Amino acid sequence: MSGPATFFSAIGELSILTARTIREFLRPPWELRLWVAQLDQGGVQSWSITVLTAVFTGMVMASQFAIGLEPFGASLYTGKLVALGIVRELGPVLTALLVGGRVGAGFTAELGSMAVTEQIDAIRALGANPIRKLVVPRVVAMTIALPLLTILADIVGCLGGVLITMVEVGITFRFGMEQMIETVHVHDMLHGVGKSAFFGYFIAIISCWVGMGTRGGTEGVGQATTRTVVWTSITILVSDFFLTRIFLTLYG
Amino acid sequence: MSASSPPPGAPASPTSVVAEPEDVRRRHQGDPGEVIISFRDVHKAFGDKVVYEGLSLDIRRGETLTVIGGSGVGKSVCLKMLIGLLKPDRGEILAFGQDVTQMDEAQLLGVRKRIAMLFQGAALFDSMTVAENIKYPLREHGWGTEVEMDRRVEEVLETVDLPGVQQLKPSELSGGMKKRVGLARTIAVEPEVILYDEPTTGLDPVTIRRINGLILRLQQRLGVTSICVTHDMDTVFTVTDRLAMVYERHIAFTGTPEEAKHSDFRFLREFVKGGMGTLDEDLT
Repeated sequence: MSGPATFFSAIGELSILTARTIREFLRPPWELRLWVAQLDQGGVQSWSITVLTAVFTGMVMASQFAIGLEPFGASLYTGKLVALGIVRELGPVLTALLVGGRVGAGFTAELGSMAVTEQIDAIRALGANPIRKLVVPRVVAMTIALPLLTILADIVGCLGGVLITMVEVGITFRFGMEQMIETVHVHDMLHGVGKSAFFGYFIAIISCWVGMGTRGGTEGVGQATTRTVVWTSITILVSDFFLTRIFLTLYG
Repeated sequence: MSASSPPPGAPASPTSVVAEPEDVRRRHQGDPGEVIISFRDVHKAFGDKVVYEGLSLDIRRGETLTVIGGSGVGKSVCLKMLIGLLKPDRGEILAFGQDVTQMDEAQLLGVRKRIAMLFQGAALFDSMTVAENIKYPLREHGWGTEVEMDRRVEEVLETVDLPGVQQLKPSELSGGMKKRVGLARTIAVEPEVILYDEPTTGLDPVTIRRINGLILRLQQRLGVTSICVTHDMDTVFTVTDRLAMVYERHIAFTGTPEEAKHSDFRFLREFVKGGMGTLDEDLT
């Protein structure tokens, strides 16, 4: 198939998988044990990379703004810019890219290995539904976990920013925190956290779709994992633009 | 609905959980010789590769049918089409009188409860223990309480000569043990038909004999109908009632192993002899 045909075919298959996932999600009884396991794997186990990424991002932004704003006499606004930048944009996007790489690759590798060893066929043959057992828990987990990780990233990133602003600009910790709190409004949080819920869904649905369609043994699993990382990253960056426009229209 | 399994959602009675072989055998025996599975003019292709053009085959209750043929001719495909894992492009596949090609996933659950499959690599779930693997179909089919399922796990593991391995993970098992655990999982829900996809491939001769013995024992004790895809002539001559050969995208021969040995169909004759190490010189 040509490039555009492949693209539209992928969109179609992802839409069908989404519809089936929603249908299975709405059909009780819910497999809460599987959901919790995926929340642990995709969410809880991702807190360390989230914290590490966020704190350094906040510190780098503060360093740049403190020096960049100095010629204009606007260094005191460093905290405000860092807070808005992290909460509205860098928190959700960087967390999604990092967690997407880690968790998305893991989902694809696991489901891809199951596909090439006929375990997904076995699930169907044993009377179960692979979408219910494999896809729903991952989509639910990531759609819940990524907003929570983003909130964590926002908090830690702002703290990192305040620390560097204290050193570079000479403000107190209390001043820095108050400045950030008065700058960031609820709609700024909703903007960032709202986007991250979509990113979580994209990461899970793409990685599951690629994983379940894996062919060609262990080599195929490796290629599928690479594809997932590339496609989830591109999807996050491209959708970020459109989601930002939508949220700006909604909340300003 | 088969009489061999408890109704969905209903806890099985203790007697059905530890069913005596004779009970199971009696339940599986409808009208001996009755055709219960029928492939009718089935066509299947993967892209440009045509696998079947007019596959027709009947399977009778209680028999063990072995499907042989060269590598890549689509022997496993016919098993997967029978339980709806693959859809044929054309034709009918009747299982217990119903066309599985027209069923959706929900309707196929009923078929998969009665027809179970042992996959080539056993397809055990890596993340689960042996016990959890075997309980998987029991849970899906609403077998009963945890205690009843534990007893059933113990029972089927004893059937495949692997007692006490409940807590092991598949990664801790040898190839032959995996096949036997896979077989235990397959028979756990007391299917009426068992599909074996290359049950002895990649195993050592002693393990092959052990697996063949198990298949034979299940057939004799439980009276199940079996369809076995294999290259292994030991398996063919140990367990088979009737042989079917896939050749040039259709079933080119059906008959007993003895008839196959003396068939006019030279490829079949050599295939069977080749497996026994007696190929004609001009083919070696």
